[in-house]
Amino acid sequence: MEFENFTWAVIIGILIGFLTRLRMLRADYRQYPTYPHGQIIHLALGLIASALGAIAIPALLQKDYTAITFLTVAAQQFRDVRNMERETLSKLDQMELVQRGATYIEGIAMVFEGRNYLVIFTAALTTFAAVISDRWWVGVATGIFLLAISGIVKSGKVLKDIARVKGGQLRVEGPSLYVDDIYLMNIGLAANREIILQQGVGLIVEPVDISAKVTISNIGQRQAILHDASISMGVYRDTGEPALIPISKRDLKSGRLGVLLLPNDQDLQKAIRVVSEVPVLESAVRKPAQYP
Amino acid sequence: MGGSTSLQKVVLAVITTNAEAVTGGSVVFIVPDEKELQRKTYLLEKILDGMAHELDPDTMIIIKHG
Repeated sequence: MEFENFTWAVIIGILIGFLTRLRMLRADYRQYPTYPHGQIIHLALGLIASALGAIAIPALLQKDYTAITFLTVAAQQFRDVRNMERETLSKLDQMELVQRGATYIEGIAMVFEGRNYLVIFTAALTTFAAVISDRWWVGVATGIFLLAISGIVKSGKVLKDIARVKGGQLRVEGPSLYVDDIYLMNIGLAANREIILQQGVGLIVEPVDISAKVTISNIGQRQAILHDASISMGVYRDTGEPALIPISKRDLKSGRLGVLLLPNDQDLQKAIRVVSEVPVLESAVRKPAQYP
Repeated sequence: MGGSTSLQKVVLAVITTNAEAVTGGSVVFIVPDEKELQRKTYLLEKILDGMAHELDPDTMIIIKHG
C-alpha cells in the first residue's frame, strides 16, 4: 500500500477520534470538566489518544511492531488522568457544602480514563477500515457509525431505572425527624426542627428489585443523590449550621430510602424529577438477583 | 461515613437543666430552665459547629460528626 493512503487513513482516524471525545465531553448541570480550561485539558488529551489509536494499525502493517509498545505508555498516561481527576475532585470536595462522596468521584475519574480508551479504539478502527478498504469514505463511514455508537455507550443508568421516587411527609416526633415512617435523625433544637419542616422536602426512594435495593443502600450512591439534588435545587445550608444537613436513611425492613433535601425552592415535583435523574454509580451497582 | 474504626463522633458539650443526671469528663452547662436550655444549645451549636441532639427533654448534647 502507498504511504499516502496511510496518511489519509491516519488523518481520518485522528479526526474521528477527536470528534468522539468532543461528543462525549458534555458539561451538564455538574459543570465538570470545568469550562474552559478543564475542557481544553480533556480535548488535548483526547487528541493525543486519537493520534495514538490512529497510527497503531499502519504501524502494524508496516511491520513496525515496536511502535505498538508505546500504546502501553498511552495506557499509563491515561491512568494518570484518572489519578489526576480523583485528586482534584477529592480536594474540591472538601469545599462543597454537600459533598460528592468518594464513590461519585471515583466514578467520574473512571469515566475520564475510559473515554480516552474509547477514543483510541474508535480512531484505530476507523483507520483500520480506511486502510483495509483502501477507500477514504469507508473510513469516514465507519467513523460516523462508531461516533453514533459512542453516544449510546457513554450514558449509564439513572435512578429512575432502578427505583421509584415519590414524595414523603416530613414530621417531627419529639426530637426525632421522620419522613413518612423512616427515621432520619435527632434534632435537638426546636428552632432547627422548625426550619427543617419549613425548608425541607421529604422523598422516598423505593427500589424495584433486590439488586436495586443493594445498589441504593450504598452510602456513595446516597451521597450522590444528596449532592446532585443540592446542585440542581440549591441548598439551605451553611458552615456553622451542622443541623441543616440533607440526609438519607434506610428503612431496614423494606430497603426503601428516606431522603431529606433542603432545597432553596420547595418544589416537590422538581425534586422528584432531579432525584430520578441521578446517575446510578458504576461502583455501587450489585447484582444479587443472579441467585434467585 | 461508616466503616471506619477511628474515633469519629465526639461529645463537645452537654447542656442540662437536671444537674444530677449528668457527670463525667464532658463540658457540662447547667441551665435553669427550658428556655435557657434552647438558647445555650443554639449558641453552642453555632460556636462549636457540632450538631445538637436531644437526649431527653432536660438534656442536650452537642456532637461533632466525623
